[in-house]
Amino acid sequence: MQSIVEFKNIFKSYPGVKANQDVSFNIKEQSIHAILGENGAGKSTLVKILYGHLKPDSGEILINSNLAVINSPSTAKNLGINMVFQHFSLFESLTVAENLILGMNENISLTKLKDKSKTICDKYGFNLNLNSPISSLSVGQRQSVEIVRSLLNNPKILIMDEPTSVLTPDEISKLFKIIKNLVKDGLTVIFISHKLEEIINLSDYVTIMRNGKVVSTISTQNEDPETLGYKMLGYKVSKAKHESNINFSQEIFNIKNLSTKSKDPFTINLNKIDLNLKKGQIFGIAGVAGNGQKELMEILLNENDYEFSGDIFFKDLNINNLSTFQRKSLSISYVTEERLGHSAVPEMSLSENIFLSMNHKSEFKKGDFINFEKINSYASNVIKKFNVDTPSYNVKAGKLSGGNLQKFIIGREIMSNPELLILSQPTWGIDAGSEAFIKKTIVELSQKGVSIIIISHDLDELLEVCHQISVLYEGSLSNPLNVEDINITKLGKYMGGLFD
Amino acid sequence: MVYLIRVQLREDYSNLIFYLSPLVAVALTLFFGSFIFLILDLSPIESFKIFFISPISNSYGISELFVKATPLAIIALGLSYCFKNNIYNIGAEGQLTMGAIFGGGIGLLFNDSTSVFLLPLMILFGAIGGAFWATIPAILKTKFNTNEILTSLMLTYVALFILDYFVVGPWKDPAGYGLPKSMPFPDTGRLPVLFDGLRVHIGVYFAIIICFITYIVYNKTLFGFKLKVSGLSSKASQYAGFKYKNLIFYTFIISGACAGLAGLFEVSGPIGLLYRDISPNYGFTAIIVAFLGRLNPFGIILSSLLIALTYLGAEDAQLFLKIPSAVGFVFQGLVLFFLLGTDFLNKYRVFIK
Repeated sequence: MQSIVEFKNIFKSYPGVKANQDVSFNIKEQSIHAILGENGAGKSTLVKILYGHLKPDSGEILINSNLAVINSPSTAKNLGINMVFQHFSLFESLTVAENLILGMNENISLTKLKDKSKTICDKYGFNLNLNSPISSLSVGQRQSVEIVRSLLNNPKILIMDEPTSVLTPDEISKLFKIIKNLVKDGLTVIFISHKLEEIINLSDYVTIMRNGKVVSTISTQNEDPETLGYKMLGYKVSKAKHESNINFSQEIFNIKNLSTKSKDPFTINLNKIDLNLKKGQIFGIAGVAGNGQKELMEILLNENDYEFSGDIFFKDLNINNLSTFQRKSLSISYVTEERLGHSAVPEMSLSENIFLSMNHKSEFKKGDFINFEKINSYASNVIKKFNVDTPSYNVKAGKLSGGNLQKFIIGREIMSNPELLILSQPTWGIDAGSEAFIKKTIVELSQKGVSIIIISHDLDELLEVCHQISVLYEGSLSNPLNVEDINITKLGKYMGGLFD
Repeated sequence: MVYLIRVQLREDYSNLIFYLSPLVAVALTLFFGSFIFLILDLSPIESFKIFFISPISNSYGISELFVKATPLAIIALGLSYCFKNNIYNIGAEGQLTMGAIFGGGIGLLFNDSTSVFLLPLMILFGAIGGAFWATIPAILKTKFNTNEILTSLMLTYVALFILDYFVVGPWKDPAGYGLPKSMPFPDTGRLPVLFDGLRVHIGVYFAIIICFITYIVYNKTLFGFKLKVSGLSSKASQYAGFKYKNLIFYTFIISGACAGLAGLFEVSGPIGLLYRDISPNYGFTAIIVAFLGRLNPFGIILSSLLIALTYLGAEDAQLFLKIPSAVGFVFQGLVLFFLLGTDFLNKYRVFIK
């Protein structure tokens, strides 16, 4: 088979970062080619160059052995290159068909487009109603819309950026079937991922990238997750593992019969949620994004005086009506899903970001004035203890990489000695080194008696660190499962809503 | 092929350019302003001399510059609290008017007073009047989620009509030949001037003090921190446990009090009584001053002097060049236009495709 894409000596740097250094490899026609690497390894930069989003500093791309100058995504589309992004760009209030027509370069009538889309859906088994609004679709279906939108342009090459990160195990296997059928019909798929098993299951070839350079391009046939992981990282990652079969006794945090009745069609109503958390326990809340995680987190944080029925107890104290500030003063700490703009302000320095979350602590204040000296020393402690890679606490938070910032934020909360730590997506989109560090820290923290709730879409993460896991599905929380008794089939069923 | 103008957010826009852009805006204003003079058949260089240099070439002129800059600076400093918090209080003119009514009312009520406490009381009531008028949009915003831009602007006209009512009605000077103005305030109700024979008054000190206090509040205090966080990200502000509704109230009250103070200074300083046109749009122009000064207290002092110069220049231009004094507003408008333009181009990349 001949090469459809050839990268030749691609270089791309940003101030302070060499994102791609001398990247050269070929992608064979009609193959599934994975690009594997940690966050920050340069895989997104590379595909953005291929898709015309970024210009390389030097280097060439050959498409079908012809030199291609790809200045923009529309040039890329003309060359038959399409991309499905990790974050969807769909209009929630428009229907599927309306969203599809917005992505078309050519003029086409809505009826014609519907016919064409229907053919694609039927052929490959996308389960989509073209007339339903996006807001009524599950995340998996929304992804289908994105894929169909790309297929409408008759692509030769389809780039998919971390397509499985938002899907249930069931949806993933469906997606893989579709991808394999597409390849049979002549498509070449470039698949970006950092999940090792997936790459082995799905792809024919894999290019491993580390620190902007290609480590190697190999066939996946003789690889297993461990060998591939070692090639990706250059070192072995030890798994964080807690002791099993501990008898937890002291109750610390309780949610009783929590329900919401919002009329907003874009929110999920929570339905009779019960949760019991004991001292030193790590409790995972699994589930596909958009099943009420955001709403639950909002109630736990009490940011917007969200209306709900039911009760929340912290150490036998009803905290229903306590503000964020009061809850923090009770030594409940939070790390939200969004780092920039929620649990940290990108335009402010690390020191200021310490005070952002610690402004309830009197030691950082002198009356109405801020005690910057104390804050700075707290910040340097966090930086030191949690291996945050930054020259100083005066650096703006937005300048840190995702992994570093997350270490800083989690460190900030842990250093304040919380009794309850609530984390949402703690390792989402960060490098494997930071991820392992954070998981290890969480487990150690629980051993010191801190109770932890983790809301996450990442099942592997939850299975690795949690004692108990419940699944959130359309606002209902399943009964808790002990991690020791969990098998992936059962969890998959729960994530599809099959629990009582 | 359709050519479209495309706008793209710059991922890393420059802080340096953010602080330099007021200078760029002023330079562009002068450049394009010279065309206005050319169209009017005037020599741009001569005109600029009359507009920007001759007004401040003597001590009287410099005194007048500070007379105009004082209210602009005080109002703009107050407005910066709102703007930093992403609250758009457009009604400073009304708050200024209400401050003049409240504080001036005290002066008229005790018009035979010889007490040294009269002026401080008037100043206090001036601030209270402005703050009172500013709490109305704050209540409407926090209770009913009303757009504060509209309510504060509309309340400006209400305040102007209230002043109108008083000066043609109950507070009309019986010895004023029927003119719509009040009696003059007693001497104890007049703002002391800094130099004999010049109009520059102790309001200048207030402006400087407010500037320093604002600097400290913004950089050293919890309240300043809250404003900064809320202005940058409302979600982070909630995460930090700050009550946004309270911040809306505080910032409105502060900016209203500052505008009220400026209004009282106008009537008890240069004017000496209440009448219809106590302010040449200081409350609106101060919005330009605040943004031109980049919401930085010291920047606001500088920009208030520059904008004050456009007021003086316009008066001189009317006298010596025989052109309408509205040219001053044209210059103010141009500065704002170019400032918004440079900010936009700094934040976004624009290209045609």
